[in-house]
Amino acid sequence: MSSLIDVENLTLQFRTDEGLITAVDNVSFSLKKGEVMGLVGESGSGKSVTAKALMHLNARNAVYGPDSKITLHLEDREVDVLSLQKPSELQVVRGGAISMIFQEPMASFAPAITIGKQMAEQLMLHGNMSKARAREISVEMLDRVGISDAHKRFDQYAFELSGGMRQRAMIAMALSTQPRLLIADEPTTALDVTIQAQVLDLMKDLVDEFHMGIVFITHDLGVVAQTADKVSVMYLGELIEEGPVREVIRTPAHPYTQGLLAALPKLDDLGAPLTPVPGDIPSPLERPSGCVFHTRCARVIGERCWTDLPGRYDLDASHSVSCHLYPEGEGA
Amino acid sequence: MSGDILIRADQLSVGFQIGKGLFNKQILKAVDGVSVEIEKGSFFGLVGESGSGKTTLGRAFLKAVPITGGHARYDDGEVQYDLAELAGPQLKDYRKRAQLIFQDPYAALSPRMTVRDIIAEPLEVMGLTGSRAETDERVREIAARCRLNLEHLRRFPHAFSGGQRQRISIARALVSDPKFVVADESVAALDVSIQADVLNLLKELQRDLGLTFMFISHDLSVVAHTCDHVAVMYLGRLVETAPTRTLFHAPKHPYTKALFSAIPSLDPDDRGKAQKLEGEIPSPTNQPAGCKFHTRCPYAVDRCKAEEPVLEHADAQGHDVACHRWRELFGAD
Repeated sequence: MSSLIDVENLTLQFRTDEGLITAVDNVSFSLKKGEVMGLVGESGSGKSVTAKALMHLNARNAVYGPDSKITLHLEDREVDVLSLQKPSELQVVRGGAISMIFQEPMASFAPAITIGKQMAEQLMLHGNMSKARAREISVEMLDRVGISDAHKRFDQYAFELSGGMRQRAMIAMALSTQPRLLIADEPTTALDVTIQAQVLDLMKDLVDEFHMGIVFITHDLGVVAQTADKVSVMYLGELIEEGPVREVIRTPAHPYTQGLLAALPKLDDLGAPLTPVPGDIPSPLERPSGCVFHTRCARVIGERCWTDLPGRYDLDASHSVSCHLYPEGEGA
Repeated sequence: MSGDILIRADQLSVGFQIGKGLFNKQILKAVDGVSVEIEKGSFFGLVGESGSGKTTLGRAFLKAVPITGGHARYDDGEVQYDLAELAGPQLKDYRKRAQLIFQDPYAALSPRMTVRDIIAEPLEVMGLTGSRAETDERVREIAARCRLNLEHLRRFPHAFSGGQRQRISIARALVSDPKFVVADESVAALDVSIQADVLNLLKELQRDLGLTFMFISHDLSVVAHTCDHVAVMYLGRLVETAPTRTLFHAPKHPYTKALFSAIPSLDPDDRGKAQKLEGEIPSPTNQPAGCKFHTRCPYAVDRCKAEEPVLEHADAQGHDVACHRWRELFGAD
């Protein structure tokens, strides 16, 4: 399968009163058509910022590194995302070929405009279609994501819908423009487990049907195990491990990934003690030198961890890790 | 159940009046006839979806919402109170015996107070210490237990990470030396790597200080690992309660079963095996008749739509369930 989006050497800093803050450091990955990538990390890991970069959506004080390059491959052309400037150019990555769904559906819908009007508006903007046609497509899409009485819901406001229903409407809105890539930023975190299961099922069905790529941002490894084909783990702006979902979850290579999995309460062994990853996530202002994880790592092997940023090591063709425990530069 | 009972609720109800005016009065029953016993020194878990009434039940035990029906008896060996009728000096005394740890450590701490002042505030408000020196000593003692050092006490909350802030919240809740602590979603806002640390701390404090915890959470795997006894709520009703191991290995209520199977499994090969629950929790203002769960229950029969099941003993070890069909469906499990 061909590549849908390529991210190369993405470095992203924010200009703040306290100086330049590095949010993402030299991150590269690519996603194929119809592939679901789980982007996992804790607060401050840079996962949301990375995803927003795909839509060139970060705040004005964002500074992209000179080598950063994001290429979106469409049927008829290639788009160099970071070079887009004018709003008219940006439309292709903002709701055109790329759509995004957010964590808080209540905060993502305008409260004083009906759901339908918001859905139709973006269709008319991107699809260049009549109001009647936009309404038709929106209602069809609401129906498709399992909202009953779609005609009635179309004219309702966000507050009239329950949490699960709002998230379904959000998904319907994001998919109605038929994007090639969907970015889902913690789409089920605010939902109850039973509703989360329904929404995850829906998303899986929609991937099969529309054959789009998904970047699924979450902190929940269980959600990743259930939805993703491959996983990228981020910590303090570094991509520390990447690989197929089975390999990363069954044989995690990086001490951080191992620690994350060990910290999760497991239902099949209730007696097992919970093992936290020691320490706290450092503030982005006090970014550790060397390997960014060394302040919390239980397997520090020496001075190298304090001073040198570990390079990427390929465990096999698809599974790679950045850690000094592995011989640097070897592998494919 | 063996051991002393700290809180015994008997047909406890909490209702809120919604809608104003003479003809538009409507009562929303957030907690509806709940009978439950919390053993002294236990870690009692309360789970359910949003709108199940779990937070309201926790608040009722803290006397932070008015109890509109039934009784809840508190007995810690020193004092006995009927929470429904508690008022005046007794209520003031109860405030220091029962404390709450909040969900969001970013919202719970005043940004304008130092950590020392935040932790000392309950002592000063309740007048529990005689002098500033005594207050300081008590603050330092509880701070040390929550793994905060002297340097931390001088700083303001903005300088701390989520996990540290939650430890400050815990220290503040425990400084008045309470017997009963309600932890409402206390780790939900924390990152996974930090969450385990705070859970371990809560367990440690419970053991060392002889506390009784009521742990409210929507995260079943967290509850499974920390609690001794778990109660499951749905639309203001208690549907099942049992010792943790029993509940997780042999749940008897279809709702509890569905909740467990909805937890995303860490095994990528487990996909799609879960038994999915259809629909959503009904609005508490428009509750279904009969068993509250029948609108989503895959096993519902006519009887479930008409008659509400009562909580009955499934065994002699404290496993209770409220379902008409548990015996035929899961009795053999």
